[in-house]
Amino acid sequence: MIRLLPLFLVGSLLAATAAPIGEIDARHLLSRTGFAATMDEVTQYARLDRQAAVARLLSEVRTKAITPPPAWVDEPLPERRAQMSGDEEKAAFRARLRERGIALRAWWYDELLATPSPLTEHMTLFWHNHFVSAIQKVRMPQLMYRQNVLLRQEALGNFGRLLHAVAKDPAMLVYLDGVQNRRGEPNENFAREVMELFTLGEGHYSEQDIREAARALTGMSLERPSGEYRFRPALHDFGEKTIFGQRGNYDPDAFLDLLLNKPETAEFVITKLWKEFISPQPDVVEVKRWAKLFRDQRYEIKPLLQAMLSSDAFYAAQYRGVLVKSPVELTVGTFRQFGITPPDMRPLLAVNRNLGQDLFNPPNVKGWPGYTDWINSQTLLTRKQMLARVFRVADIDMPAMAQASKVEKASLRVGNKVGYGLYLDRWLGDTGGISRASSLLLPLVPERLPEGTPLEMIGQLVMNPLYQLK
Amino acid sequence: MNRRAFLQIGSLAALGHLNSTVAWATVVPGNPRLLILVELKGGNDGLNTIAPYADSAYYDLRPKIAIARDQVLQLDERSGLNPAMQALMPIWQAKQLAIVQGVGYPQPNLSHFRSIEIWDTASNSDTVLQTGWLSRQFAAKPLPAGFVTDGIAVGSQDLGPLDGGARALVLQSQDAFVRQAKLADDKAGATKNAALLHLLKVEDDIRIAARGLAATGNLNTTFPDHGFGKTVKTAMEALAANRNIGVFRLTLGSFDTHINQRNQQDRLLGELADGFVALQMALTELGRWNDTLVLSYAEFGRRPQENRSAGTDHGTANAHFVLGGAVRGGLYGKRPDFNALDGGNLRFGVDFRQLYASACRYCWQSDGMAALGGRFEPFPVVA
Repeated sequence: MIRLLPLFLVGSLLAATAAPIGEIDARHLLSRTGFAATMDEVTQYARLDRQAAVARLLSEVRTKAITPPPAWVDEPLPERRAQMSGDEEKAAFRARLRERGIALRAWWYDELLATPSPLTEHMTLFWHNHFVSAIQKVRMPQLMYRQNVLLRQEALGNFGRLLHAVAKDPAMLVYLDGVQNRRGEPNENFAREVMELFTLGEGHYSEQDIREAARALTGMSLERPSGEYRFRPALHDFGEKTIFGQRGNYDPDAFLDLLLNKPETAEFVITKLWKEFISPQPDVVEVKRWAKLFRDQRYEIKPLLQAMLSSDAFYAAQYRGVLVKSPVELTVGTFRQFGITPPDMRPLLAVNRNLGQDLFNPPNVKGWPGYTDWINSQTLLTRKQMLARVFRVADIDMPAMAQASKVEKASLRVGNKVGYGLYLDRWLGDTGGISRASSLLLPLVPERLPEGTPLEMIGQLVMNPLYQLK
Repeated sequence: MNRRAFLQIGSLAALGHLNSTVAWATVVPGNPRLLILVELKGGNDGLNTIAPYADSAYYDLRPKIAIARDQVLQLDERSGLNPAMQALMPIWQAKQLAIVQGVGYPQPNLSHFRSIEIWDTASNSDTVLQTGWLSRQFAAKPLPAGFVTDGIAVGSQDLGPLDGGARALVLQSQDAFVRQAKLADDKAGATKNAALLHLLKVEDDIRIAARGLAATGNLNTTFPDHGFGKTVKTAMEALAANRNIGVFRLTLGSFDTHINQRNQQDRLLGELADGFVALQMALTELGRWNDTLVLSYAEFGRRPQENRSAGTDHGTANAHFVLGGAVRGGLYGKRPDFNALDGGNLRFGVDFRQLYASACRYCWQSDGMAALGGRFEPFPVVA
C-alpha cells in the first residue's frame, strides 16, 4: 500500500537526499575543520550532502588521543624550586623541564599527524587557544599534558562542563594564579581573565565584579605532590559577594554558573568559532541565532557545529580563502596532504615556534591572535623557506648558511628531512593531474595554472600566496 | 566596526601609498630624525623603577617588595632609580635621560590587551581605533622617497603602533632577512580578500626593504649577551646597513609581575639599562645619537599596594624613559601621590599622547594631529 508521507518528512527526505556537496565543498569543509585533506578524503566526503557530510565528521570525533603519551605524565609533582638544594639540582630540574617540554610537544605533533579525526585535534587546539595556559609559567609538563587531555575530552563535548573543569584544572590554577587567591589575600588574575577572555568578553563586567569574583574563587588549590585539584574551605571567603549587581554567597561553581547564565557568553564563544571556521567578520544576526541554539542545547558543542558547518554562511563563495592558515595548519596540513612523516619532530617544533606558534606555550593569556597576525615579513619568509626546501623550489646557498641562525637552520632541516624521498610525480598522478591538484592545494583558483615538471608545478602551487590561505 | 574591516582598508591604503603619491599628504620636510620606541611588555611597575623613597606611604604599601631607601640610586631628594639600572647613571649625569612620571590617560583600562591597544592606536579609552598611531602618521606625512621602510619591529611578532598600513618589517636578523627575501613574490593583484591583500603587501614590503638593507654594516659596539641586548643589536645592524629607516620598535618583557616581582623585574630592568647603554654607544658610533629619540612605553603601571604573592597587580599611571643626545635630562611629570589614589591606583598627570606629540614634532616636524586624533601639547623633554 502506498501512503503519502507527511509533509515534514518529505521535507527532511528532500534535505537528506539533497545534492552531494562535490569535491570543492568537501575540500572546504575538511580543510576548515581539520588540516589540509588528501584527495582520498575529499572524494569520500564529496559524495555526501551537507548534513550527512557534517554528521559523518561529527560522528568520527574522539575523546582520547591515539598516540601513547610520554612515560612521565603520571609522575607526582617535583618539589618546589625553593626547596631544592643547590644549583646542581636546580640545573638538573631545568634540563629535565626542557627535555620534557620538547617530548610533550612532539607527542601532540605525532597525534596531529596521525589522528583519524582531524576535527578532534582542531577543536583541541581551538580550546587550547581559548582556555590558555603556557608551560613557560606552569613549568610542570605533566600538568600541561593533563590539561590537554581535558581539552580533548570535551573538545566536542559540553562548553559548560569544560568551563567548570578548566577552572579547576591544575595547570590553569598555576597559570592564572588561582592557587595564590586566598581569603583576605585576593589575586584577581583568573577572575579577570575568565570574564574577559573565556566567557563574557571585555565590557560586560566592572572592576567591582572582578574584585568580588576573585573572592568567590578563593580556596581553589592544588594538592602536592599528586597535582590534583582540591578545594580548601579554610582558604575560601564565605562572606557575601555582589556580582553583576546580585548578592549571594557565591563559591567558585556558583560564580561560573552566573557566567553561563549570561547570554554574552554564548555569543562570545560563537563569535570566536565563526572566526575560526567561517570568516574574519562574524555576521551578528547569525551569531545571535546560533547563540540561542547553543544555550537551548545547554552548551552541547556538536549540535552547534552541525548547524554552523552545514549553514549557507559556511559555504558562501565570498568566504572562500579568506582565512590564514596557522603555522600548525600549514605544516601539519602539508605533511598530511603529501603523506610526509618527519623522522624527528624537533626541527618542526623550532620552525613553528619561529612562525609564532609554540604549542603548549601561547604568548599570553589571550592566545595566538591569528588571521593576518600570523603573517609578517619574518614569518612569511620562514614559511616560504620551509616550503621551498620541502619542494626543492630554490637552491639554498649552503656556504652562506654557515652563519645562519639556529632557527633558520631548523627550517632548512625540516625541509631536508621530509623532502627527501618525496615522489611528486606519483603524488600528482594519484591526485588526478595538475588541475585537480590545484583545487586540492589552493582554496581559490590561481591566476594561471602552473607549468613544467611535476616538481616545478607543485612548487609553483605551494609558493603561491593562496597556499597560505584556507 | 570590526578590526578586520579596518585592516582591509589599511592594507588598501598602504598599497596606494606605495604606488602613487597621496594628494593630500605632504612629505616630511628636511631629514627625519629617528624614533626608537621601547615596549616594556606586560606593564612595568613604575614605582619600583623610580622609587619614591622619601615617602613613608610607599613603604607601608609595599612591605615586601619596596626598594630600601639606602639602596636606591638617588635622582633627587625624593625619587630614586632601581639599583638594577646602575648602568644608566652616566647618561643621567650627562643630562641626556629624562624620566617622566605619572604618564597615563583618562579612564584607564586595566586589561593588558585593551590598554596596549589604546597606547598603540593612541585612542581615547572609550574609542576603538584599528590602525596604529605610526601608521596614521606616515599615511598623512610619508617619509621621503628612499626610506627603505617606515618601521622595524624587533623582539615581538606584532607590529603594535605600526599595524594597519605602515610599511613595516619584523626583523630577527638582518642577514637572514636579506638572504631569504628572494623568496618574496612580485605578484600584483586586484582583490577584495583582506587576507590575500595583507600577504601581497608584506611581500612588497619585503622586496623594497631587502634592496635597502643588502649592505652589511660593521659596528664596533659590543652588545650585551642577553635577549634585549640581541634585540638592540639586530636593530643597530639594520641601521648600520641603511640609515633611512623611520622607526624602530623594540620589545622587552614580560613585566607582568603578579608574583615574586623583585627577581624578575630587577633582571629585566638590568637588561633594559644595558640595552639603553648599548643603543647610546651604537647610535654614537653611527653618528645618530644626536638626532634620535628613544622613548619607553607600556600598557600600564602597577598597583601601589603589593599583593600577597610579593607581586603587583595591574595599575594605571607609570614612569617612562626618554633618551637621546638632544633630550633635556631630568625628572618630569607628576610624582606618585598615595594620598589621592583612585580605586587604589595612581592618577595620571601626563597624557601619553603628549609624549607621542613630542616625538612627532622632534622627529618629523609634525603636529601629530593625524596620528593622535587631536592636538596634544608636546611634552618639553626634547628640543
